[in-house]
Amino acid sequence: MSSLIEFVGKVSSFGARVILDGLRAPFEGSAILHQIAEVGSRSLPLIVPAGFALGTVMTFHTRNTLMTFGAGAMIPTVQALAFFVEIGPLVAGLLLAGRVGSGIGAVLANMRVTEQIDAIESLSIDSFKLLVVPRVLACVVALPLLTLFMDFSGLLGGYLAELASSGVSFTLYIRRAFEDLQWANFIAPTLKTAVFGFIIGTVSSYFGYTTNMGSAGVGRAATNSVVVSSLIVIVADVILVKCIFFAFPESAL
Amino acid sequence: MNGSGAAVVFDQVSKAFGPNQVLRNVSFSVPTGQALCILGRSGTGKSVTLKLLMALIQPDQGSILVDGDDITRLNPAGISKARRKVGFLFQDAALFDSLTLYDNLALPLRRLTSKTEAEIDFAIEDVLSHVGLAGDKHKLPASLSGGMRKRAGLARALVLEPKVLLADEPSSGLDRITASEIDELLLRQKHEKGMTVLVVTHDVHGARRVGDQFAVLHKGNLIAHGTASEVENCGDETARKLISEDYPA
Repeated sequence: MSSLIEFVGKVSSFGARVILDGLRAPFEGSAILHQIAEVGSRSLPLIVPAGFALGTVMTFHTRNTLMTFGAGAMIPTVQALAFFVEIGPLVAGLLLAGRVGSGIGAVLANMRVTEQIDAIESLSIDSFKLLVVPRVLACVVALPLLTLFMDFSGLLGGYLAELASSGVSFTLYIRRAFEDLQWANFIAPTLKTAVFGFIIGTVSSYFGYTTNMGSAGVGRAATNSVVVSSLIVIVADVILVKCIFFAFPESAL
Repeated sequence: MNGSGAAVVFDQVSKAFGPNQVLRNVSFSVPTGQALCILGRSGTGKSVTLKLLMALIQPDQGSILVDGDDITRLNPAGISKARRKVGFLFQDAALFDSLTLYDNLALPLRRLTSKTEAEIDFAIEDVLSHVGLAGDKHKLPASLSGGMRKRAGLARALVLEPKVLLADEPSSGLDRITASEIDELLLRQKHEKGMTVLVVTHDVHGARRVGDQFAVLHKGNLIAHGTASEVENCGDETARKLISEDYPA
């Protein structure tokens, strides 16, 4: 228990340092843009097919149930609400944790083990600002954008599954999908992924940047980055959903 | 400890990692423009000594002066300023593996100096030709041989024109000819640029070639310090063996 509290304290302190250093000049503009491109290019090929497949499968599952109750016309609405409110943000977060979190953990741990971080410090360059802050900020910026790709590819997958079953037109599907969707159902859940991005970036960077176990630490940092950041994202989701309900009561379905 | 005229002063420095006491009240000084070679068996605190000099770790007690600055009492901004006076050649060069050799050298110049791109280009060409890598600037570290990596690491250590050069095992993993070439480069820094050089090494031949003074560490204690003949005649058998060229490697 004490080690858990110690871990929470260290990661929180690490996260606070990310925020403080992120607000302090010099700003690593080019490094941040480079990391956003890295995060995006690494994740997009995973996010889009995953969203498409998930959207298709979800329509397969919900269609039979809704048809049983004579609510076939609700399929696009259910699909959109499910994706925009919960499935898109959470699955995008978990995929980012797996794809990018492990990469951040492994890269930083390798740099620590091979003394590259010491070398940066020896050149009078703040390694934390150069390596950690851009990676965390990239996750914060990229994840909401990736979530949009997840949402719309899920909707597209759902539409194609529904087209194959009922021949519904694209215009009708989209109109039904969005007619019950409020801005609060879309904006707040999408923006909560910025928090997921912060968690993934911070936890992964923490494991990589602070490793002290030699080459064995590289693998361990990569694994811990995925496992712990995924777990914290899921727990944070519960808290954030309650916060969103509190801030936007109309979004509580 | 009298440090007048010394570029580096280590005064009663101790350092422990948990229960492992790595250095115990170690004191030495290196006059400006001279080379000190630190010898000792593995795990006796040689590399820790260099990291303390670079303020990458802090001592538990004692003071460390680099070019007159007590780096144990400086704030982060002061440490950053003091580090600019010191170049560090890491054991495995520690080149940034995602950057080309050119960008490895350009990184500190772009961030820490007000040089224009043309001036940076000139400075990099100059230091790369100095270490014999002028034609390799667009290569990634992974495509360089062991000797080339050491040269590249040395080039990066020199690119900010430091007053003190630290080298951690500069000849490890190299054949004798390549190791000798690296030693020659270290000697040139001392003779041509008046740089103070500290070398941690197991290579006695190289150490005797480069060093003006020798410090022998054993189990965290400084057991001998002085010229080669002073260390040989200090009466300590371990120190004598470590500096003896005749002792089998």
